[in-house]
Amino acid sequence: MKEKILIIGAGQAGMQIASSLRDEGYAGDVTIVGEEAYAPYQRPPLSKAYLAGDMDEESLEFRNEHFYVENNIGVVTGDKIVHVEFGPAGGLATGGSGKSYEFDKLALTTGADPRKLKVEGADLDGVLYMRHLDDAKELKKRWDSIDNLVVLGGGFIGLEVAAVAQKAGKNVTVLQSGSRLMSRAVSPIVSDFYKAAHEKRGTTVHLNAQVSHLVGDRGKVTGVQLADGTLVPADIVMVGIGVTARGELADQLALEMEDGVIVVNEFAETSNSNVVAAGDAVILPHPLGHEGTVRLESVQNAVDQAKVAAQTLMGIREPYRAVPWFWSDQADLKLQIAGLSSGYDQTVIRGDRAADKFSVLYYKNGSLLAIDAVNDVSDYMAVRRALNAGANIPADAAADSSTPLKTLITGGEA
Amino acid sequence: MPHVTYISPDGTETTLEARDGDSVMEIAVKNGVKGIVAECGGACSCATCHVYVDDAFIAAAGEVSDLEDDMLDGAESERLPVSRLSCQIKMCAELDGLKVRIAPKQ
Ligand SMILES: Cc1cc2nc3c(=O)[nH]c(=O)nc-3n(C[C@H](O)[C@H](O)[C@H](O)COP(=O)(O)OP(=O)(O)OC[C@H]3O[C@@H](n4cnc5c(N)ncnc54)[C@H](O)[C@@H]3O)c2cc1C
Ligand code: FES
Repeated sequence: MKEKILIIGAGQAGMQIASSLRDEGYAGDVTIVGEEAYAPYQRPPLSKAYLAGDMDEESLEFRNEHFYVENNIGVVTGDKIVHVEFGPAGGLATGGSGKSYEFDKLALTTGADPRKLKVEGADLDGVLYMRHLDDAKELKKRWDSIDNLVVLGGGFIGLEVAAVAQKAGKNVTVLQSGSRLMSRAVSPIVSDFYKAAHEKRGTTVHLNAQVSHLVGDRGKVTGVQLADGTLVPADIVMVGIGVTARGELADQLALEMEDGVIVVNEFAETSNSNVVAAGDAVILPHPLGHEGTVRLESVQNAVDQAKVAAQTLMGIREPYRAVPWFWSDQADLKLQIAGLSSGYDQTVIRGDRAADKFSVLYYKNGSLLAIDAVNDVSDYMAVRRALNAGANIPADAAADSSTPLKTLITGGEA
Repeated sequence: MPHVTYISPDGTETTLEARDGDSVMEIAVKNGVKGIVAECGGACSCATCHVYVDDAFIAAAGEVSDLEDDMLDGAESERLPVSRLSCQIKMCAELDGLKVRIAPKQ
């Protein structure tokens, strides 16, 4: 009998596992089951080009129907797996539809859900999230009737939505509970720049904002009440306060978890050797072999880890080694990040912040860790290349903005 | 509808039909044409959709933006005068019959 692989979660990582299995010549059955009504599609444009009307639904799809047929990949949409187990007869998953799916090996690519707002009024109509295509559709449906948009949370997604709305002529207020924007991912230098940049374009940004509750009228949200007494009017409150990994099914399989997140090793393997997991739902060893574990919520990680997971499913042992990278488009500012800056002890700033084009390089003990580049593709590409080769760009030389970084790469296998 | 032909590094040719406005990258990726990786999905952020455009179409393919220009500088394969990021070329009637060679390394 043919071996059967079941992939639960039809998102970025799930699609990539299926596609990589076929690329590697896997001959068994491959089925992807997803809860959403759509075949796998790209999420990044939801808060950017799709929202802005520069990209349509069809363009969001990763692959067309023809591809899945041609590659003999089963895609089931609109079925949420509610139960999964390894029984005496092998693996069995059951969908909310009542359908069941047998498998020999399992891939969990269940992603994450937006963290829910937990204040009074959070269930009012007009309180929206941005994770799924249906979320984006909901916001678009109401778009024309919105005058005041309040974004709760100063992370990437919220700021991207804010930028699109601001450009469309809405009154936009960003309420960030912490002391700076995008604080989990970038340094204060970049946070401060983005605050000023959004303000310059007309968005109001409140840091250290403590939301007391949401105010509504006849079931519809009308404003956000802050603890300091300020009432911010809102037709829509867009909540972007982070995500929680979807670990329900991993729990049923008694897999090792950490705070609800699935733990995997460098082979994308869970604590059960017949189950791999990849993407936003996992916590993984540092992808460059440094100390500790990390969570990475990015396309790069979903794709690269999925490739490793596909190999693991086929018995090919290739550890996950990749330089993390990420981008965020906010207004005319393209932020590109390569590497992981956590633990840095030195920064080098290049370029001109006043001209909206600069980069920040992060170092630890003189070794290059990461870059945040704003509209500076050359610096970004040079650092990605250096990190990929395990090379360095000495900080003192990098401090001279007039020298192209790519000429300063030293050591490694570059 | 306009057609576009992809020539893979191994010489295989694939001709596909495009919707007006689709990017040359998108048509390839959706149909599973090998060689165009397009990690960023067309956001001009990854340079893994590098192609060489047939001379006859280079003008019709449009201008290279500053951003694309810098990205191309960092692409894995050699940059040639006909190098483009395929996600930045949108199909239209004038591009019917377009031929692109996929860069060997992405
Ligand atoms: C608005 C937005 C903008 C983003 N922008 C960027 C960006 O600019 N750059 C970047 O690098 N990253 C960006 N990201 C992050 C990136 O999209 C994610 O990291 C990536 O999608 C993770 O892939 P995944 O497969 O792990 O999860 P997902 O893509 O979320 O897929 C998981 C899928 O599993 C399904 N699922 C879950 N549980 C079940 C179940 N029990 N049964 C069936 N199906 C189930 C879910 O419905 C979902 O469809 C963005 C994300 C969002 C939401
Ligand atoms: S798809 Fe990433 S730059 Fe073209």
